[in-house]
Amino acid sequence: MINQVYRLTAPGIIDVACTVPDIRNSVILRPLYMSICKADQRYYQGNRSKEALKAKLPMALIHECVAKVEFDATGTYKPGDIVVPVPNTPTQDDDVIAENYRLSSYFCSSGHDGFLRDYIDIDPGRLVKVPEGVDLKIASFAELISVAVHAVSRFENTAHSRRNSIGVWGDGNVGFITALVLRMIYPDSDLYVFGTVYEKLAYFSFANGRYHVDSIPDGLMVDHAFECVGGEASRYAIAQIIDHINPEGAIGLMGVSESPVGINTRMVLEKGLKLFGSSRSGVADFQRTVDLLAGHPKALAYLENLVGEVIPVRTIADIHKAFASDISRSFGKTVIKWEK
Amino acid sequence: MVFAAIFAGGIGSRMGNINTPKQYLELGGKPVIIHTVEKFFVNERVDEIIILCPKPWIAHTKALVESNLPDGKKINVIEGGATRNGTLENAVDFIEKNYETDDDTIIITHDAVRPFLTHRIINENIDAAVEYGASDTVIPATDTIVESMDGKIISSIPERKCMYQGQTPQTFRLKLLESVLASLTDDEKEILTDACKIFTIKNKPVYMVDGEVFNIKITYPYDMKVANTLLKGKEDDD
Repeated sequence: MINQVYRLTAPGIIDVACTVPDIRNSVILRPLYMSICKADQRYYQGNRSKEALKAKLPMALIHECVAKVEFDATGTYKPGDIVVPVPNTPTQDDDVIAENYRLSSYFCSSGHDGFLRDYIDIDPGRLVKVPEGVDLKIASFAELISVAVHAVSRFENTAHSRRNSIGVWGDGNVGFITALVLRMIYPDSDLYVFGTVYEKLAYFSFANGRYHVDSIPDGLMVDHAFECVGGEASRYAIAQIIDHINPEGAIGLMGVSESPVGINTRMVLEKGLKLFGSSRSGVADFQRTVDLLAGHPKALAYLENLVGEVIPVRTIADIHKAFASDISRSFGKTVIKWEK
Repeated sequence: MVFAAIFAGGIGSRMGNINTPKQYLELGGKPVIIHTVEKFFVNERVDEIIILCPKPWIAHTKALVESNLPDGKKINVIEGGATRNGTLENAVDFIEKNYETDDDTIIITHDAVRPFLTHRIINENIDAAVEYGASDTVIPATDTIVESMDGKIISSIPERKCMYQGQTPQTFRLKLLESVLASLTDDEKEILTDACKIFTIKNKPVYMVDGEVFNIKITYPYDMKVANTLLKGKEDDD
């Protein structure tokens, strides 16, 4: 079968290319809704190093997607099943290292084609079924939710058992989702969110406290914390976390920064802190994500706040429109309704 | 039910006597016709596929289908007609003889030599046929169309913004198609080679589905070169 793939060939330029997937041993999906990630936007805008752009383009963007099964030669899924495809693809087994950290794994829309395609051909083992009742626009960014779920799962294995209070630094999409996942998993912990924009902090109404980073109450301390800021500002966020975390706390680092970030190691040592990095996710995280969503209808209502503009895409010009709309969005996700 | 009828040439030439028809040439490691059939094969809304080809090519086509496609959907290979209308009639007759049909039965007709069609084009054809009774796939004309009645002098130049180039699929409610075909005289059958044109002349609406510039018909060796260029780079992915 000839499949159309819509590739970024250079920043701001998208062109159709054709591939020939083998329908005899894979599941054929039709994308329904997709969501633009900041990583996609960085490629689209050309905000990556020349070397990275040269190495990774041309490639189709988008790794957040919900899709319908059209055909499955393996017999694992039925036509019409709604699934989320896992963009991480392991090529080697490893009993110790998680699939999303293996150097041998590859990732859609990072050196390999993402999901901007007529059809997605994928191994049935890289799919997770979406439970009934989950809004497909929310399911379109299940991958991003799974990244937060993965970080919290790592936290569970890393942090000491006192989890009376947890802080989330960052009032953007990742901060919102991470805080919401923590709320679902730790309903009895005090959850505090720290950000810089009052309007965005207002969305975190499920938290026990929301604070501007310039006016944190004296003596407010957390047992553990998540940094969801990224970029240059992550330096200040990490410094503030170290000031407001109790001894032996765990700090989850989730913000992506293009430049090295300075850390107050003296206080990390003095407080005996654990810093752990977390990136992307694997099949198990996707499964836990859909299970969590199915069991927490209230969380789904909060996630609806994240659905920003929904842009129907029938042409390549519509793809550009979606990226242009996304770049001006300060909060929420740009969702593509795939009609191309 | 939704049937896809793939028109794989009305020529009666025997294999080996002339150049291989384009639909049987290899493109990206597979015959063109297989790429085309696969696009209907994976589409959830298409129930069965009928390939209509010249009699001498039936066994070869069946062998290609068997060796390239997995189980999952029935594919019938039958003889086409001497003309495009004849092939269309054979498809309609085959469906009527072998299946229960009703007013909701849909037939999508498509050229085997257009392997670049998309999921959207197929689905919008089905939707349009359900709503309007018939649909044609078109793209806006980019060149100015010039009409000449004698082949020497221009008789008219229609306004370009009203001109479109026809592609396939063409899709119909089966029962409506049958009634329109039955209303044709033998003379009309000779002249009216395009099913959508028949609908138009009989004052039946034909909805225009947006095609794609790349939904090309592989007719000439040049087209094969274009098709291969469209596939360039595939080795990076699969």
